[in-house]
Amino acid sequence: MLRDAVLVAGKDLRLEVRTRVGLGQVLPFAVLVLVLFGFALDPDRGILDAATPGLFWVTVLFSAVLAVQRAFAVESAEGVRDALRLTSLAPGGVFLGKAAAIAVQLLVLEVALGVGVVVLYGADPAGWALLVGTAVPATAGIAAAGSLYGVLAVGLRVRETLVPLLLLPVLAPVLLASTRAFEAALDGSPADGWPWAGLLALFAVVYLGCGIGLYGTLLEES
Amino acid sequence: MASVIHFRDVVAVLGGFPALAGVDLDVDAGELVALAGPNGAGKTTVLRVCAGLVPVVSGTAEVLGFNLTSQGRQVRSRVGLLGPSGGLYEDLTVADNLRFFGRASGVDDVDTTAAARRFGLTGRLSTTRVAQLSTGQRRRVALAALVARRAELWLLDEPHAGLDAAGRDLLDEVIVGACAAGATVVLASHELDRTEALRCRHVNLAGGTTGGATGPSQARDPDGERDPEGERGPESERGPDQERGPGVHGAA
Repeated sequence: MLRDAVLVAGKDLRLEVRTRVGLGQVLPFAVLVLVLFGFALDPDRGILDAATPGLFWVTVLFSAVLAVQRAFAVESAEGVRDALRLTSLAPGGVFLGKAAAIAVQLLVLEVALGVGVVVLYGADPAGWALLVGTAVPATAGIAAAGSLYGVLAVGLRVRETLVPLLLLPVLAPVLLASTRAFEAALDGSPADGWPWAGLLALFAVVYLGCGIGLYGTLLEES
Repeated sequence: MASVIHFRDVVAVLGGFPALAGVDLDVDAGELVALAGPNGAGKTTVLRVCAGLVPVVSGTAEVLGFNLTSQGRQVRSRVGLLGPSGGLYEDLTVADNLRFFGRASGVDDVDTTAAARRFGLTGRLSTTRVAQLSTGQRRRVALAALVARRAELWLLDEPHAGLDAAGRDLLDEVIVGACAAGATVVLASHELDRTEALRCRHVNLAGGTTGGATGPSQARDPDGERDPEGERGPESERGPDQERGPGVHGAA
């Protein structure tokens, strides 16, 4: 299964390298959202400072929806889904590969957004261990849930609108927990943030497990 | 003779519509069978059912010894399906596509490269994105992926469509070579001149049901036994490398 995951992740990342959709469209979109939040809240610097963790993760979620849609749009092309089903790939491996490729792209995006909030919002990064310990499980959870719900919409004409409708409510706990953990890190009280990071890890494990177990059935039914 | 496909009164439903409404079909190992019939007759659905991609609602459906009602997924790794669209990633190069689908099917890169070479997909073409290829070139890529797969059962949906004359001749050589190596080929085609030249056994479909077999069988003589001469085609038309197409050696 891991070999299959590496193969699928490599294919998806190669697709990104060839098309640069993430770099050329998703990343500029995310930066634009940060700038617009800045325009909206800058007159009251106090609100912007307090809202920085939430704005960061809202931007990540919006960008994640685009990344998930892109990841499954390539599988929706005529005949590709059949070709994939005819391979010997383990469905769980395909799921892990799709999720891993999305996660890698999101982590790169989060680094860029992190620089963005420091430059645009004047955020003072602190508590690096908690920031990383939050970002990694949160990203894994977003990618896992995105891959699970993304495959549901593969065969549907309305997938562009259905994916955010399905995914964003499911990711609300991730938004809550990652925002709280980032607030704790930036406030210099990391001990308050680690329980939220643990919750994110649990979310990621649950969705990774569900994805490995259910992906094959969902792929067949989509 | 081992039976590769055994359908009795097979019914398959697509989107609530009965795409197959009672198909009877028997294909033996090494046979070359052409499905004929008008648009919407169910030819493509028969191929997809054989590949385990469309569920069987009722009837008896066995492919390569697998009962498709309960073992549809297990047959997939042993068949090769050439669909109308080829099933390729548009934004990957030819080499990327062949390497991915080859490795995903457990094929060695050497065999993939040999298949690509056979279909002229080398040099600059190999580093070209599929989205930039012509219809015929895409067809060649899909065929190379199919050949590299070394499937026991080849399912070809309008395989000649989009190919130039040289490509069609090459495809026919590959099909004949596959059968000679023991693979079974079922193709759906409107191009009766091609299928007759291949000496296919024709099975007519209409309205999702079979209407019987017509035309010569490449694999049968009047006594019902395999005809080695007919199977191999005229010796004068075959070069040494046509005895076995790349990727077909060792099939079955």
